[in-house]
Amino acid sequence: MSDLADLSIAEARDGLRKGDFSAVDLTNAAIYRAAVTESHLHAYLTLDQEGARDAARKADADLADGVDHGPLQGIPLAVKDNMTTRGIETTAGSKILSGYVPPYNATIIDKLHDGGAVLMGKTNLDEFAMGSSTENSAFGPTRNPWNTDRVPGGSSGGSAAAVSVGSAFGAFGSDTGGSIRQPASLCGLVGVKPTYGLVSRYGLIAFASSLDQIGPFARSVRDAATLLESVAGFDIRDATSYRGERPAISSHLDAGVKGMKIGIVAELTGEGIDAEVNDACRAMYNKLSDAGAELVEMSLPATEYALSAYYLIAPAEASANLARFDGVRYGLRVDGETTEDMMSKTRAEGFGPEVIRRILLGTYALSAGYYDAFYGQAQKVRTLLRNDFASAYEKVDALVSPTSPTTAFAIGEKTADPLSMYLSDVCTIASNLGGDPSGSVPIGLDGDGLPIGFQVMAPALHEAQLFRLAAEVERLAGFDARPALATSEVKPA
Amino acid sequence: MPIEIDIAKVARLARLALSAEELARYGSQLEDILEHAERVSALPTEGVPPTSHPLPMTNAFRADEIRPSLDREEVLEQAPARQGEYFRVPRILGET
Repeated sequence: MSDLADLSIAEARDGLRKGDFSAVDLTNAAIYRAAVTESHLHAYLTLDQEGARDAARKADADLADGVDHGPLQGIPLAVKDNMTTRGIETTAGSKILSGYVPPYNATIIDKLHDGGAVLMGKTNLDEFAMGSSTENSAFGPTRNPWNTDRVPGGSSGGSAAAVSVGSAFGAFGSDTGGSIRQPASLCGLVGVKPTYGLVSRYGLIAFASSLDQIGPFARSVRDAATLLESVAGFDIRDATSYRGERPAISSHLDAGVKGMKIGIVAELTGEGIDAEVNDACRAMYNKLSDAGAELVEMSLPATEYALSAYYLIAPAEASANLARFDGVRYGLRVDGETTEDMMSKTRAEGFGPEVIRRILLGTYALSAGYYDAFYGQAQKVRTLLRNDFASAYEKVDALVSPTSPTTAFAIGEKTADPLSMYLSDVCTIASNLGGDPSGSVPIGLDGDGLPIGFQVMAPALHEAQLFRLAAEVERLAGFDARPALATSEVKPA
Repeated sequence: MPIEIDIAKVARLARLALSAEELARYGSQLEDILEHAERVSALPTEGVPPTSHPLPMTNAFRADEIRPSLDREEVLEQAPARQGEYFRVPRILGET
């Protein structure tokens, strides 16, 4: 049964302007969808029904007055709860920030408001975006809409689950090592990590500053492009924001891949990748070839070391970024005799195990005597990796691989073994270390009915190529399955 | 190569008051993770410059203009403890 909550952003935008329905209708449809699915999924940490309806009424009033704020006007969207929202609790999935009500908006929130979007609420995540399953949230896990015994991926699992069932038309997450692309893959969605610096990080609670990037989740490549175009651009408040002109994003969606040169990353094909995932990707390589692209297998040797380098660099940056959570200015405080005592108790009580693990790892990797062997060496490997990608992009326009080595795994399956969880990010991490744009497009279901994602990668600022290839993969895959929970007729659990 | 970590020292540097049992658990997990991470040492990197950031940028300048800052009252409202216009903390120095 189709209803308003199943429309694409493009369809909703057109229908609003034709007067087929109102933004309030769209918002009510998304709220109803949340009401029947949330007890199954726990995608949202905060669902702001009142704020959403107010924003929808405003969007309708503006449209009636002929004031058009662009393609997101009146569209219900969700954002990951590590982006600050003035007056709305922002926790980053952590007990240490439980109850924190930010006095300012992240730039992306301001941009969504300016665009007339309807903010549905804040979505669940692994604490401080550290994880690949959303099981590390201090407020309980999110479940995968395709099978609620499985994880939705992470860390932006709440955003993925919400878009997948229609309790949001689109959403934003953050991606430090795959936290948009991997949950998009596991939930059958399009997810994009843009070029580093393209979307402002102001107000994004920092995990690893040289890797973090905000990007969209959508049910189509075109919707993902619309979402990204609405929030990309230079921001004076983010010192690492890209200062040049915003690159084209949706200019080549219908161009096809004829004449495009595409490299298959040899190191991410075969060993360590689930056979069904590999087969589905191979079938897509053949289809792209039949569609006129020139495919060639390429070796990027440093890719094999990307995960190791990442698990030194990201925790090192995290250990510095998370020093600010000390019980002084906001969030949890556990009393102590002295200030240092108070800080140490607050942090031990307020952070969950994965966050503590990474702070310890990062502190160690940066400490005197070990810096050169670990952090310094990882930074050099980062250079080698960038060199590998740079030389690959001299020969090809884009690179492809699976997004995730497996489809959605069972809740609890990897929580006891941190290293096995880290391996979920083996295909996605290189794009973060390099700063290049990368996305996941759903291409089919495995034997258990779980979605398989296909990763597309392009050189920095070549978003137009990335979306061109993604759009063709989407067309060739013809993936139009939706999870059984994506209906307003489901009974709340 | 097995890695040995003085985990109590690392926890102290990170301002984390962990129990002996927690220290033992995190210590052994870190040793496992670092053994995997040590693979990076296998790569020859002589003469390779480190990359600290994906963008080839140095300083980011902006015009030195007066702009509104956050509302002090709103900011202080989030503090676990305050005294007037100040954040309040326990005493800084331990007893000697």
